[in-house]
Amino acid sequence: MSEYQNFFNRVQVRSPIYVGTPLPRGGVWKRSFRGGFSYWLGWIGDAQIGPLYLGTLGVASLFCGFIAFEIIGLNMLASVNWSPIQLIRQLPWLALEPPAPSNGLHLPPLNQGGWWLLAGLFLTTSVLLWWARMYRRARALGMGTHVAWAFASAIWLMLVLGIIRPVLMGTFGEAVPFGIFPHLDWVAAFSIRYGNLFYCPFHMLSIAFLYGSALLFAMHGGTILAVGRYGGDRELEQIVDRGTAGERAALFWRWTMGFNATVESIHRWAWWFAVLCPLVGGIGILLTGTVVDNWYLWAVKHGVAPSYPQVFPTVIDPATLPGAPQ
Amino acid sequence: MNSRALGVLACVGVMSILVSACEPPPTKVLQHGYRGTGMDEIYNSRALDKLAASNAVPVAPPAAVEGGPPATSVFKNLQVLDDLSVAQVSRLMVSMTAWVAPPGQSCNYCHVADLAADDNYHKVVARSMLRMVRHLNSGWKNHVGTTGVTCYTCHRGMDVPAYVWYRQPPQTQTAEFAGDRDGQNAPAAAVGLTSLPNDPFSEYLDGQATNIRVVATEALPGGDPTSTKQTEHTYALMIHMSTALGVNCTYCHNSRSFTSWDSSTPQRATAWYGIRMVRDLNAHYLEPLTPTLPPDRKGPLGDPAKVNCQTCHQGVYKPLFGVSMLKDYPELAGPVTTAATTSAATTN
Repeated sequence: MSEYQNFFNRVQVRSPIYVGTPLPRGGVWKRSFRGGFSYWLGWIGDAQIGPLYLGTLGVASLFCGFIAFEIIGLNMLASVNWSPIQLIRQLPWLALEPPAPSNGLHLPPLNQGGWWLLAGLFLTTSVLLWWARMYRRARALGMGTHVAWAFASAIWLMLVLGIIRPVLMGTFGEAVPFGIFPHLDWVAAFSIRYGNLFYCPFHMLSIAFLYGSALLFAMHGGTILAVGRYGGDRELEQIVDRGTAGERAALFWRWTMGFNATVESIHRWAWWFAVLCPLVGGIGILLTGTVVDNWYLWAVKHGVAPSYPQVFPTVIDPATLPGAPQ
Repeated sequence: MNSRALGVLACVGVMSILVSACEPPPTKVLQHGYRGTGMDEIYNSRALDKLAASNAVPVAPPAAVEGGPPATSVFKNLQVLDDLSVAQVSRLMVSMTAWVAPPGQSCNYCHVADLAADDNYHKVVARSMLRMVRHLNSGWKNHVGTTGVTCYTCHRGMDVPAYVWYRQPPQTQTAEFAGDRDGQNAPAAAVGLTSLPNDPFSEYLDGQATNIRVVATEALPGGDPTSTKQTEHTYALMIHMSTALGVNCTYCHNSRSFTSWDSSTPQRATAWYGIRMVRDLNAHYLEPLTPTLPPDRKGPLGDPAKVNCQTCHQGVYKPLFGVSMLKDYPELAGPVTTAATTSAATTN
């Protein structure tokens, strides 16, 4: 019996390179890399690397992604006066900013948000093409399209942040900058402006699904590794024929919490939790500023926000006092 | 204990260091809000020791003898301290020399041989600063209370205080074609090395009354046009205040609703007056020094050094940890002597 009680893979299957199912007849594209083995990657995944199928969609997606990457990167480089050293030193701070809020939905000059708009266009195209590629590769293998739809959920959140909500708000200036720290600052400022996003119920749900995904992942990964010594990793067979590994895993959870998922349903749990995280998050972002302007006040209005005992002397807004300086 | 258990223990040890954000103990948490609201101040005793050393208050000389001839009977060209006695003015001049004049220089840092002459620009600046201190101590009690300030609060033995600001030229670029930073996205010390807009001073503290409030005041959209980008600018000012005072956001705000005054601490109102005070000082005392100062004492755009929160606070929630030097120097408490400064207090 193989041993699974370790941080890394202890098992590396080495067989002749498997090139995959035959491609549809008459296709232009061949699999571009015949494949090989990597001992080190075998520690964290399948030791066989490749073959790779790039295809029209893959090439188009990479091309658009490259253009977006170049627009963002070269703008960052220009912002440090074309100094490669400063590009590396300041990289976490650098960004490509969207147009000013006053620009509305007009096309701005290149250096006042135009580059941002172009980068966004190419990045979006790239991501959508990659989505179509995932869908078609899954179909080509006779698989379901679950992965593509899970990816679509993430794309939904990205599009809400980058284009759908800004268009509804009437200005590209409401969108997120491309940059490491700058996009985090934007997130904090966004939450402050709209009265604390933590009081948005969809944000709450999104957090629940995010943390829930991590929890389910840990529970499932832990369970399967723990019954690996009984062959518990052969999950697909155990969906219909549980065997001793499946029985032990199920009993473990019934003992500890009275209920267990099945070998099939745990994957549905995981898929839905992961998909719902950006899905409901995107709904929350979409409603912010368009339907609700201050989530804290909204939560007070609907009895969501608790009230705390007053511990400070009453503080009055000085601006409301007569004769106050402005 | 086998080697695997040792490995696990080592991992736990490394993780606990990472989780504690690399801040070595001892840290001290002071709770000042209701439990569960996270309104705590976090202090590190090593950092506090450093601050205590750099914020020690110099010993005051014995008080001036009471009575005696008025200063105007001996000193000529007295424009600000003309309500004091000879003894009071002499004592203050000695202290000012210690507070402001660079090492090795004394009276002659400001005065030429004829003590009454205004030939040295330092003296003209000092006169304006005396007016400012008196105006501040008498007109801005809602910020400085009875603790007040003296020259030392900002100068700390230096001719130019350590923390001042100048207007900054716009971003220089090799081409106008790409690379606009939008006044942000650089590791700027002014905003605590964040990537936030890096000149909150010109925007909010340069005299004009500019709006700082950005949070929506209604639950539902009602035409509040404030953008997320504008919020980043206010955020930058707040980071400056936080850095300048060595406190976090919850010193003034309950972070669940930054804008609500009914859940804010009294310090927020003090800070509110502080912002207006700084604007007043910059507009009516610092900016007017432009023609007086030589070019090497001005910023890249030709403006004089101006004050922000850090100029006085220097990393402490109350300058000099709240020790009042003013009680030893009642000569600086007022009265305000010129009509111009009185009107400044009411219009700003």
